Amino acid sequence: MQTHTLDDLARMVPDGAKLALPVDYAGVSMVMTRPLIARGLTGLHVVCLPTGGMQPDMLIGAGCVATIETSAMTLGEAGGAPCFSRAVREGSIRVMDATCPAVHAGFLAAQKGVPFATLRGMIGTDVLANRPDWKVIQNPFSQDPDPIVAIPAIRPDVTIFHCPMADRDGNVWIGRRRELASLAYASERTLVTVERIVDTSLLADEVMAAGVLPALYVEAVAVAPRGAAPIGLWGEYPADMAEIGRYAREARTPEGFRAWLDGADRALEAVS
Amino acid sequence: MSAVLPRERLIVTIARLLEGVRHVAVGASSPIPAAGAMLLRALAERQGKPRVRISILGSREHNFFTNGSAELFDCAGQGRIDAFFLGGGQIDGEANINLVGTGDYPQTPVRWPGSFGSSYLYFVVPRVILFREEHTPRVFVEKVDFVSAPGTSPEGVYRPGGPHTLLTGLGVFSFDKARKRFRLESVHPCHTLAEITAATGFAFDHDADVAQTADPDAETLALLRGRVLTELGETYPEFARQINVDIAGLDLKWAG
Repeated sequence: MQTHTLDDLARMVPDGAKLALPVDYAGVSMVMTRPLIARGLTGLHVVCLPTGGMQPDMLIGAGCVATIETSAMTLGEAGGAPCFSRAVREGSIRVMDATCPAVHAGFLAAQKGVPFATLRGMIGTDVLANRPDWKVIQNPFSQDPDPIVAIPAIRPDVTIFHCPMADRDGNVWIGRRRELASLAYASERTLVTVERIVDTSLLADEVMAAGVLPALYVEAVAVAPRGAAPIGLWGEYPADMAEIGRYAREARTPEGFRAWLDGADRALEAVS
Repeated sequence: MSAVLPRERLIVTIARLLEGVRHVAVGASSPIPAAGAMLLRALAERQGKPRVRISILGSREHNFFTNGSAELFDCAGQGRIDAFFLGGGQIDGEANINLVGTGDYPQTPVRWPGSFGSSYLYFVVPRVILFREEHTPRVFVEKVDFVSAPGTSPEGVYRPGGPHTLLTGLGVFSFDKARKRFRLESVHPCHTLAEITAATGFAFDHDADVAQTADPDAETLALLRGRVLTELGETYPEFARQINVDIAGLDLKWAG
């Protein structure tokens, strides 16, 4: 398998793409955020499975995002997502507010190749009232009135995530973070960054194989040690709360966000 | 009997509200509900009652799910979760909750993170405890600006779940689904009915003479300060450390 550079991966995301990203604790490829911003992408439709954090907030701050589809945007203990909140106030992005299981249902429908999945709840909420793409239908198996919500399949153009390892065949190990598999099953192409490449096939051992997303669903892999930092990666390293807190404070203004981006650029140049 | 911290009283009250529950789920960054669930588990073990399972979202130690973040919702949809906690930037007198923002949607001047799983879990989890420590008129409003999840549903809508109790830093309310109305069940010590009425933007029922929220017995308090705070420290180290500091301060005050 050929491994790619981060810039190679960034070039596989076109303007206006529907880009799917995982929840913070599942494995976010934070290291891809800057190459995406550096490309000057515009008009992205970002879908968060099922919520978003620092990465989509940075993409919004950099002006790459036209629409965000998510159940929530949060920096966890560091507080609200600053660029997202500002963009909502200014009306500069379209928000498709969702609820977590509805986003999962949309990905499940895409995984199965069916037009929609149905889900309980949501009836009478303003979430549903503001989602004309969700339809209330009658349960066809019930004799009595039984309304239920139909969620259309979510088919992203691109998914990007980070996980601990890939093998030489392009299989990637996602452990029990099955939402990463949901993302890949539903997406046209999946781009993965990993901590390391292992020489033995991940499918050779049944214990490991249970946590493998096969290469069939993986378009390209790039190696990026600590690629989820500062958010953290399960089983590998914790979140850097001080750095996330610094982002939360500095990104409160557009100038602060720009200065934070530039400052981190300088820090990168210093180590490279 | 030594003095009790207000937060310890909340934890003990949560354990009481969860009585009989077999599987309780707790959202990320909810140390007080998590502590209440852990106290329930410790009490059940001591009394030889059936095992209590606790799922703390986002925790590695207290998360036995292996099917990603969808598993919690699948579990809840099948009735495998008995209790859950919801909060909200706004909660109104009909138990509607708002996690999205204030003012006119979508360009809300104050924007909160979003509805998370509330628009679903409020419908399917039988015993939802609304928990918000801050008890002020900006939180407890007449009518929410955005309904993330409604307190009740019309007949014919699938709704096995919903609000069971509202617990705040000032008192405990029950909810009457038929009348769509809260009833103040008890006031925490050091607070008054008048204070609660002034801090609540909606009307609610209450007895002329409202009961006081019960303090824990010495045995329960010891269990909380021992085993439960140790367990809590694995997931919420900063919270557990702070409450231990506060307990030490209490003892000093009590001794003095």
